[in-house]
Amino acid sequence: MEVHSAGEFTGAAHPYIGEEAVAVGACAALEDTDYIAGNHRSHGHPIAKGGRVDKAMAELYGRVDGYCKGKGGSMHLADFSVGILGESGILGSSVPVAVGAALAAHIKGEEFVSLVFFGDGASNQGALHESMNLASVWKLPVIFVCENNQYAVTTSYDDTVAVEHVSDRASAYNMPGLLVDGQDAIAMYEATAEAVRRARAGEGPTLIEGLTYRYEEHSLGLGRVRRGEYREQSEIDEWRKRDPLDILENAIISQGIATREECDAINAETQEEVEKATEFARNSPFPEESELFEDMWANPIPFP
Amino acid sequence: MAQTVFVEAINEAIKEEMRRDENVFIMGEDIRRAVYGATADLLDEFGGKRVLDTPLSENGFFGAAVGASLVGMRPIVETLTSFMWVGMDQLISQAAKMRYMFGGQATLPVVYRATMFYGGGSAAHHSDRSYPMFMNMPGIKVVVPSNPADMKGLLKAAVRDDDPTIVFEDGTLFGMRGEIPENDTLAQGELVVPFGEAKVVREGTDCTIVGIGGSVNHAAAVADQLAGEGISVEVIDPRTLVPLDKQAILNSVEKTGRLVVADPAHKVCSAASEIASIVAEEGFWSLQAPIQKVASEQVHIPYTPSLEKHVYPNVEKIADAVRRTLD
Repeated sequence: MEVHSAGEFTGAAHPYIGEEAVAVGACAALEDTDYIAGNHRSHGHPIAKGGRVDKAMAELYGRVDGYCKGKGGSMHLADFSVGILGESGILGSSVPVAVGAALAAHIKGEEFVSLVFFGDGASNQGALHESMNLASVWKLPVIFVCENNQYAVTTSYDDTVAVEHVSDRASAYNMPGLLVDGQDAIAMYEATAEAVRRARAGEGPTLIEGLTYRYEEHSLGLGRVRRGEYREQSEIDEWRKRDPLDILENAIISQGIATREECDAINAETQEEVEKATEFARNSPFPEESELFEDMWANPIPFP
Repeated sequence: MAQTVFVEAINEAIKEEMRRDENVFIMGEDIRRAVYGATADLLDEFGGKRVLDTPLSENGFFGAAVGASLVGMRPIVETLTSFMWVGMDQLISQAAKMRYMFGGQATLPVVYRATMFYGGGSAAHHSDRSYPMFMNMPGIKVVVPSNPADMKGLLKAAVRDDDPTIVFEDGTLFGMRGEIPENDTLAQGELVVPFGEAKVVREGTDCTIVGIGGSVNHAAAVADQLAGEGISVEVIDPRTLVPLDKQAILNSVEKTGRLVVADPAHKVCSAASEIASIVAEEGFWSLQAPIQKVASEQVHIPYTPSLEKHVYPNVEKIADAVRRTLD
């Protein structure tokens, strides 16, 4: 956010701050050979799946060393080498794609699973409903993870969704629907691990709803242009009291998994990694003009 | 050589490709019982896992084909052009854009077989000829076969191509008979027609007709008819619109000096428009007369036969256009 407001890169960027436990918990239950797909707010998902932070940052900067050589940007991070099938700026649109990866596992009799992240807003997209039905009918190894951060841009969950919880929608497609504390990475991990077990055992898909919250604006800079408020500061303050990083840290310290000092050291290392990634991005060149015509085709054809 | 019906050519291509590569599978609505004929006997030979009847969920299964292709499968999707509107987001936002958007990481060997049933009273919701729209969107290869042999050879090439491809199957040709060479008579042992190579259907010297899909046969009939009037017509079938063999068209116009483009799609921003603009831009000094476009009228497809027959290019309209170039 700091470097975006300083003008170091342009375009839309959608902060994930406050929602980290969903990605971290869910991806911790996956193997390297499993696949994920995501959405416009997917800065955290690739990192949680094992992607490189420096390449993610270089992509935000539009540089050649980015995941997509600068052609995708913030909303289209993808690292196929670690099973990230890409993020979609059209919401709900990556859900059928994830179902297709699971279909491949089903047809070939292979063990991998596929997991897709989407928001409460996208839970109203027909693509999701078609996909849940398809996955259930064919018992595909796919996990639908809704990050319910309460708002689609400025429109609240209650104004747009007819059921109390997104997870209630699972019953329409004859699959389990789990409502999980999305601020708690361990709870997200446990729910996802059970969904993964089901998927690998051929028992079909699961819908998981992680209840979470977006601290920042829908996208950076939106606060400067929108008219009127859509939520109270007190609501943001309440959610910040249940920050996912604090919850995880307290849990692992109280269970004796790590000491406070060890956690501080990890935090310092992470800070350093992000700073190095930012330097890496700043030092990476922009793509040359000749790159404009690269990557259109696997079997290239003449340009008209 | 055997005489094969167009729809059987589709079936032969699918079977041969599914036998050749176990990563090829097919899905669509009512394909196990082959309601349109092209998927006959596939279920018996290849089993339910590779021959999937889908729910009526084009966004869902168009996208599932994209996802399966990303992880090593080679899906064939059967659909109708008119149902593609329902699944457009997956075709455009995902299939067409993914490879470029992800910096070349994504490879999508997925084929959509889209049948165009028009001209038979199917009315406005079941008569679309939408290939020009996909020419406008980079990232999808666009194939429009005009006879059984090309249908078979181009579909086999589409399955083997590593890019997303839509094969527009002209439903007016489904009953067309044509010769398809037996595999054992071919040097490479099978019929695979490469993309981007136009075919000269008739050779001539006075006027070039470029025909698309079902219009190729009309153009050939025009060539035969006008030969009787002493007019020598050359007929070119591009066979694939993306990639387009523009050199074959420019070479022909250089020889004849005149161009008619016959295209069953709506005339505004059609394949005919694009071909006309290429020749206007790059072949202008060859032209001895204005280019003529014969495409569908810019109206929706009426149900009643008394009106529908006036919409599309036909032999009479194309022949008149050729005569205009010679006035």
